[in-house]
Amino acid sequence: MPLHRKHLLDIDDFSRDEITTVLDTAESMSEILARPISRVPTLRGKTIVNVFYEASTRTRVSFELAGKYLSADVINITASGSSTQKGESLVDTMRTIQALGADMVVMRHHESGAPYLAAAELDCSVINAGDGWHAHPTQALLDLFTVRKELGELEGKKLVIVGDILHSRVARSNIWGFTRMGMRVVLCGPATLLPSTFQNLPDANGLLSLELDADAAIEGADVVMALRIQKERMQAGLLPDLREYAALYGVNRARLEKASPTAIVMHPGPMNQGIEISPEVAYGSSSLIEKQVANGLAIRMSIFYLLAGGR
Amino acid sequence: MPKEMRDLLIHGGRVIDPGSERDQVCDLLIRNGRIEDVGKGFAIPDGAEQMDATGLVVAPGFVDPHCHLREPGYEYKETIATGTAAAAAGGFTTVCTMANTNPPVDSKTALETVQEISSETAIVNVYPLASITMGLRGEQLVQMGELSQAGAIGFSDDGVPVSSSRLMRHALEYAQMFDRPICNHCEDPSLTDGTSMNEGAISTKLGLPGTPVQAEEIMLARDLALADLAGGRYHALHLSAARSVDLIRVAKDRGLRVTAEVTPHHLTMTDETVAGRWEPVSAALRPYDPVTKVNPPLRTEADIENLRAGLADGTIDCIGTDHAPHADHEKRVEYAVAAAGFSGLETAFAVSTELVRDGVLGLPALIARLTAGARVFRLPHGTLAKGAAADVALLDPDLEWVVDAAGFKSRGKNTPFHGQTVIGRVLMTICGGNVVFDLNQERIETAGALGS
Repeated sequence: MPLHRKHLLDIDDFSRDEITTVLDTAESMSEILARPISRVPTLRGKTIVNVFYEASTRTRVSFELAGKYLSADVINITASGSSTQKGESLVDTMRTIQALGADMVVMRHHESGAPYLAAAELDCSVINAGDGWHAHPTQALLDLFTVRKELGELEGKKLVIVGDILHSRVARSNIWGFTRMGMRVVLCGPATLLPSTFQNLPDANGLLSLELDADAAIEGADVVMALRIQKERMQAGLLPDLREYAALYGVNRARLEKASPTAIVMHPGPMNQGIEISPEVAYGSSSLIEKQVANGLAIRMSIFYLLAGGR
Repeated sequence: MPKEMRDLLIHGGRVIDPGSERDQVCDLLIRNGRIEDVGKGFAIPDGAEQMDATGLVVAPGFVDPHCHLREPGYEYKETIATGTAAAAAGGFTTVCTMANTNPPVDSKTALETVQEISSETAIVNVYPLASITMGLRGEQLVQMGELSQAGAIGFSDDGVPVSSSRLMRHALEYAQMFDRPICNHCEDPSLTDGTSMNEGAISTKLGLPGTPVQAEEIMLARDLALADLAGGRYHALHLSAARSVDLIRVAKDRGLRVTAEVTPHHLTMTDETVAGRWEPVSAALRPYDPVTKVNPPLRTEADIENLRAGLADGTIDCIGTDHAPHADHEKRVEYAVAAAGFSGLETAFAVSTELVRDGVLGLPALIARLTAGARVFRLPHGTLAKGAAADVALLDPDLEWVVDAAGFKSRGKNTPFHGQTVIGRVLMTICGGNVVFDLNQERIETAGALGS
């Protein structure tokens, strides 16, 4: 089944079938990745431009490799080394990239909604590689892919996302992805980082709930996802202290015992070990953190392939 | 353009003059730039030009208590010439201009600059406000005495709230020596830092930092408490939150000399438009279109409901446009980076007629709110009383039209109403007896330009 979309800006309006298509295609891509030589000619002659206005290692490398495995020409632009430093507007940068012949633009930006501006200005496909607090659709898709591989059926399972929900594009995209697939999603974090407005989000199909107590939230969970805590949150008055945060919300072995015995642990990275996640959990048998990275490659290949019209 | 003025008789129209509670089909005679007579059966002088207004509404020219004409300093956004042309096209014959120009209107010299440019280029009446503080920095009061004497009608740091309670207190105390209102932009800055829309479910979904309604309530409640302490006249600019109306109502009941204003967009639009608008297709907006970005931000249905109730019962005195023109390149950027504000003069009447259709208030009351800015600043406008300046708007309240920003007189094409079908159109605007806008003439000229 083809994906009738030009851009990937958010997955809030993806149907269950569309998500399944992306995940199924990623399975095929995983097979390609398992070969001794994983390069296929699918996107030969196509140019993918990665534009990163915000620092990133795993996402940028993942998109870059995904494009290369599909034989596309991949160019990376970072804001610090571009005309943006000279004051060029986003629109002008985008138009320049288009004039140079890009077929797809992968954009990471610190401002929520920036990829929508790019999509409005460009004729080529725009893929959101993370915008502000808003969305990180390929992360959600790779998380769905990872959980599906591990748990099989998603319907009826319980995901707990623990941490700085307010500032997290990963949390937002996962809300849409996992509820669409019929999973319960529990958001958990300190009240300053989990405003009650999350309870009123539209379209979550009644599958979304908020819980301030980490032990209660993790109770019986099938998937526990810890989010990165940034030290700047203390300066902003949102958190008194990281030590207190670790005590109240750190995903550690004792807390994980409340989850389902077969529970899996995830983290979008990069991790602050000992703060939002303890090392024994991050590297323990239930951790899928490294698998997430590998699966990200397959998901991004799947997205390139499908947006290019593949079926 | 001083030319010999002929007497002008506008006959057969429905004359609505809220000041004299007139609402009748009758005639209006203009002589030497003034309202000579209004009513029925008065003698028509020989040689008077006659205008048939049958089926139309004849109203006082609207008075905008709040607009930004940007000159001097930001002529790329708007000039007094283009801004007053936009005002005329919107039925406004009097505009009160905010002080956040460059340089700001914080001195007699700066005020005189605005007055001089206005006398040379404005086609409607321009009444400048001065800032409350030097450079709008919120530190030191401007010379209110000298500025009042030179013609400043009030004081406002609009765009920047006066953060210090002490300074706001002194501004209220000091300004009453000159009987001028202090007008504040009510937002607690510590709650608006880095925000670009209303805080709620939509901002949460979009991942945009939001301004809670409490930012406005806190500042307004503080200002009203200070007005109680200091005395003086206080005008609350562009209210957006439901509970702000309640605060104003209580203050008025207690006898404080307080007035309040609301914009057409805060009466009709919600924050849902920031997430995009799909209907009608001709007016579709993508998510995060900065054309929806404005300060204070667009709120919710509940806020709209209470603002409308407040406007209907007179708690909110007037409609102000907060006309805030910006250049295209300031809006075609990331949402958080984009300039806030709408180009509002040319759509204010048409957008506001929705209140009449929704049964919030009648057309006479709407016209009253669109002219009550004159009362806030005690200006001799917004009336069709005999002897008053002949400031008149000729309206077709039922005419449907499609907003086309490209056709705006304003340099600011930044309107969320572009492409939208609206109802109610200004056909002609007369200011001081001069026709300053004539839709028919515009159409002829447009057609001529296309023909050549």
